[in-house]
Amino acid sequence: MPEWILYLLDFLPDWDWLHVLLIALIKVVAIFIPLVVAVAYLPYAERKIIGYMQIRIGPNRVGPRGWLQPIADALKLILKEIIVPTKSNKYLFILAPILAMGPAIAVWSVIPFTDTLVLADINAGLLFVLAVSSIGVYGIIIAGWASNSKYAFLSAMRASAQIVSYELAMGFALVTVLMAAGSLNLREIVLAQSGGLTNWYLWPLFPMFMVYFISGVAETNRAPFDVAEGESEIVAGFHVEYSGMTFAVFFLAEYANMILIATLTSLMFLGGWMSPFGAASDIIILGDGIHWLLLKTSFLLFFFLWFRATFPRYRYDQIMRLGWKVFLPLTIFWIVFMGVMMFLTPWGYLFH
Amino acid sequence: MLENYIPILVFIAVGFMFGAMLIMFGKIFSKLLKVDRPGPAKLSPFECGFDEFEDARMKFDVRYYLVAILFIIFDLEIAFLFPWAIVLQEESVGMFGFVSMMIFLGILVIGFIYEWTKGALEWE
Repeated sequence: MPEWILYLLDFLPDWDWLHVLLIALIKVVAIFIPLVVAVAYLPYAERKIIGYMQIRIGPNRVGPRGWLQPIADALKLILKEIIVPTKSNKYLFILAPILAMGPAIAVWSVIPFTDTLVLADINAGLLFVLAVSSIGVYGIIIAGWASNSKYAFLSAMRASAQIVSYELAMGFALVTVLMAAGSLNLREIVLAQSGGLTNWYLWPLFPMFMVYFISGVAETNRAPFDVAEGESEIVAGFHVEYSGMTFAVFFLAEYANMILIATLTSLMFLGGWMSPFGAASDIIILGDGIHWLLLKTSFLLFFFLWFRATFPRYRYDQIMRLGWKVFLPLTIFWIVFMGVMMFLTPWGYLFH
Repeated sequence: MLENYIPILVFIAVGFMFGAMLIMFGKIFSKLLKVDRPGPAKLSPFECGFDEFEDARMKFDVRYYLVAILFIIFDLEIAFLFPWAIVLQEESVGMFGFVSMMIFLGILVIGFIYEWTKGALEWE
């Protein structure tokens, strides 16, 4: 090798670091691609499931039984004109969907899929999840502001107030999980629930499971808490001015967040990848594994869709009342209740 | 320990780049296929077909602001509760930690009751 190449190499970053970076990138892509496929197919599942719930068939023209529908949708959206209104703040207008999408994807870096299959096994996992997922609200509020449209603005106010309100309930519900598990590491939280169905936090923390999941539905602006994008009153809400791919990014971010909430709920309350039969099972399919996590997540996602097909939309004052006057007192009460049980009564073992 | 955070950094970059890339592709393809046909009516803010009147940056209800402030208080409380909840089961924290956090929670609950009775949570 000529001298000058070696000379150049000195200026490049340390090869060890580059190596680490490359490995990380490969791992990231290995999580990212299935995630994107899942995000693309969730709307299809939604349309199919809600279709059958309403005694329709749902999309069935593109490909066998409509299986190619997400691809057709993506193609359509990518070819559409991107409208940037003249009165909008151009840069913020483009930045908003990116800010909504980034955190929805980034949170997946700390999600453990099985005991060993985890990209970044960090101690502050849950803190990272809480911190990054709350950045998502900036995307919404910036979109509403930058659009310079009345509907978008109203919706941004509604959505951000709603999201922060329910984030409190979620945060307090997480505190009870932490009290039981004694760790912020998501992998350790799941491992603390090992030993079959009865050891899941679902049972001792059942009210918190409900609070967390319902808050999750509200947090992602899904029906029945979707006043932020209520078609009948404020058209499409904060993304009323968005078209084509800019809209698609908001849409994908919402579905990525739905999958995330379902996954986090199954990790923290339903034992993650743990088998409900306990690890002792001889049949491999009944033992612990990623398939259980996927199954639990899909099960919870089904509820997201089911809610949408079943419940009428809440009024805004009802949403705020549920968040502030029901969930918040309930979660604070449960923290105190758990503490009292653990320290002042002999029944503290129920929560370990 | 620190190298555990490199994949996270990469993931954050991938996440933001994914959004940016999609929008860029959308822009490029719509330009290539000449579907970009902006017009004054199309580029005006949507207002059910009417020309927009007044400024869209209008006055809004003060309660949104109130919610944001209350959120900060309670979110800080959560930030305090997180480390407490983790070490709660350790011997060294135990009863002392429990009692002190209950006092802290009690003070905040008094504040919560106050704002409730003051009607800060009413949305009628």
